[in-house]
Amino acid sequence: MSVSPAVPSTRASQPQRGWYKRNEIAITPWLFLLPAMIFFAVYVIIPIGQSFWISLHEWDGLGEKTWVGTSNYERLLGWGDANIDRKFEVSFWNNLRWLVLYLLAIPAGLFIALFLNQTVTGIRFYKSMFFFPFVISQVVVGLVFSWFYLPREGLLNAILGFFGAGPINVLGDPTLATYGIIAAGLWPQTAYCMILYLTGLNAVDPEQVEAARLDGAKGHKMLWYVILPQLKPATFIAFVVTIIGALRSFDLISVMTNGGPFGSTRVLSFYMFEESLSEFGFRMGFGAAIAVVLFFIMLGFITYFLYSMYRDEKGAR
Amino acid sequence: MHSILKTSLAAFVAVGVTASTAAAQDLSGELNIISDMSNPAPRAVMEGLAEDFDALHPGLEVNLTIVDREAWKTQIRNALGANPPDVVNWYAANRMRPYVDAGLFADISDLWAEPAFEALASTKGAMTLDDAQWGVPYTYYQWGVYYRKDIFDEYGLSEPSNWEEEKSNCQTLLDNGVKCYTIGTKFLWTAGGWFDYINSRTNGYDFHMALARGEIEWTDDRVRQTFANWRELIDMGAFIDDHQTYSWQEALPFMVNGEAASYLMGNFAVAAMRDGGLTDDQLDFYQFPVINPDVDFAEDAPTDTFHIASGAQNMDAAKEFLRFVTSAEVQTEINAGAGLGQLPVNANASIDDDKFLAQGFDMLSNNAGGGIMQFFDRDFDAEMASVGMEGLQEFMVFPDNLDDILERLEETRQRIYQ
Repeated sequence: MSVSPAVPSTRASQPQRGWYKRNEIAITPWLFLLPAMIFFAVYVIIPIGQSFWISLHEWDGLGEKTWVGTSNYERLLGWGDANIDRKFEVSFWNNLRWLVLYLLAIPAGLFIALFLNQTVTGIRFYKSMFFFPFVISQVVVGLVFSWFYLPREGLLNAILGFFGAGPINVLGDPTLATYGIIAAGLWPQTAYCMILYLTGLNAVDPEQVEAARLDGAKGHKMLWYVILPQLKPATFIAFVVTIIGALRSFDLISVMTNGGPFGSTRVLSFYMFEESLSEFGFRMGFGAAIAVVLFFIMLGFITYFLYSMYRDEKGAR
Repeated sequence: MHSILKTSLAAFVAVGVTASTAAAQDLSGELNIISDMSNPAPRAVMEGLAEDFDALHPGLEVNLTIVDREAWKTQIRNALGANPPDVVNWYAANRMRPYVDAGLFADISDLWAEPAFEALASTKGAMTLDDAQWGVPYTYYQWGVYYRKDIFDEYGLSEPSNWEEEKSNCQTLLDNGVKCYTIGTKFLWTAGGWFDYINSRTNGYDFHMALARGEIEWTDDRVRQTFANWRELIDMGAFIDDHQTYSWQEALPFMVNGEAASYLMGNFAVAAMRDGGLTDDQLDFYQFPVINPDVDFAEDAPTDTFHIASGAQNMDAAKEFLRFVTSAEVQTEINAGAGLGQLPVNANASIDDDKFLAQGFDMLSNNAGGGIMQFFDRDFDAEMASVGMEGLQEFMVFPDNLDDILERLEETRQRIYQ
């Protein structure tokens, strides 16, 4: 009968590694991501859900919510027997005008960037002057332009008068007012696109330009086939910020016309503010419904941007 | 100005307050006030009020926060929500409705039952919703036509008393290249004043208030008659051009420069006109003329108010403060020309020696038999008011769109007051 000697435990001398240590590789990235995820959830994801929830109620922002189902959307979009909400229609078309015309900032910015991309004395000064409108607040831009447009004292009518054209009241005319505001918005936005292109132009490969020149490319052919393809990342970013800027067009409208005359310069974001948060706005549910619609419009663009970024990254690999 | 007000307030405080001294010693803790009296003169008045009330009650600490008047219109919601102050400024009539419905204003009917409040009876109706009172008035002001007396004299015109005279005056002015009325409708509410007056002169106070309560269709023929009367002026070209681009302040230079002869406005515009360089010899006031002789005069006289938040921490001090601001002495002081330059609500208060205040007070006391309107955006439901004023502005620029505008307003009315 032999008694096997007790096997001395080797584990005691080799202490157990902690749970975190064993899973370190898997966990650490999540720990780093956690703060961002928490904030993104609290300030973005959850409010989107709440907006959607509120849009199904009638609520004055103070008292109790009343469940009304989709009736806010029915009123807004004209489902069923209701007519489409007229203010919504106006705002929607204005949003489209903003989207299309605001894109003019991209070619304008490119043109200025090409023009400024040279070495002469004081070019930094000129560049900063061209960038200046982006630095000043949108409110100031709006005020300056509304003075520019003033029907009697405004500079615009002084210029028009010099050429014998009759005075026009840009911001008082429902057919012109939106275009007047977009023009004001283009001023800083062009500066923004310009700075994006200026940095892009620094990254243009001089050897390729040299090679193209040897092959006889010049003028707009050089621009179109050699320079622009190399500026593609800058164009993409300019496109993104311009689209987003167009959809966020709120402050200029608020300063220059306050949505008027008779609501003709409203866009969806301004309409939402007016319905739910302004002086006479106690219709949180209806405002939230507008916000949800605006969200889906934005979502279309965001999806497109994310998709093209994803595609580019895949192509780069 | 500020110090004069303060010392004189302090003087009356020293002698006048006997009844409330017993209660005064009991007050302690803090009293938090949020006020929207942010313009320079009202701000000085409010600061003086808080200081004097503080001095009156040694055990009490009065904390005053002054918020920009326009910003307060949207901030009040958040302010009354969590951790509310004790006393806030707001407006009378339907503008109280959202806060009353949400239970954010305290019911102060008990205060109104006190004998001292009988002197405020004229505004009790405007402070009443659902058979209870929700605030106290501290000031009000008349509306009417402020005009350039020197221009009227130049063309041999006199104050009109009926619609025909109003129009013939206007025609004379237009023939001489002067616009009859200046107005700035960029922020819409100024057009509401014109509607209030023409509608109440055409159809009477009761009809106007029934319309405000949503009991009458906007497409009603009587409403159309109001717009038809208004259109007579618009078609004459009586109003300045491009008024949709101006705020009410930006429309003032037309009157100051003599390009327009009159302005339908509240009495607060007088200070701005005097600042613009018009003297009291050049400036005068008349009551909006009769249109339909069968209806009595009704006048716009908006009332500005103090309210107690239902979540107030120091209810006793808050109520004492409301007694303080409504007392005849304080109302006399704060509404004097050196202060707000408006009318006191307390019947025992005296009116400052100012020709516009005197005329306004006389008009409201003796010649407003129809009733007192609070103003378009305070009498009408909030949503109705915003849609309505936008329609009024559109009408003033494109009167041909009237049918479309009225249908839109009617659609809104049916949805809101269903």
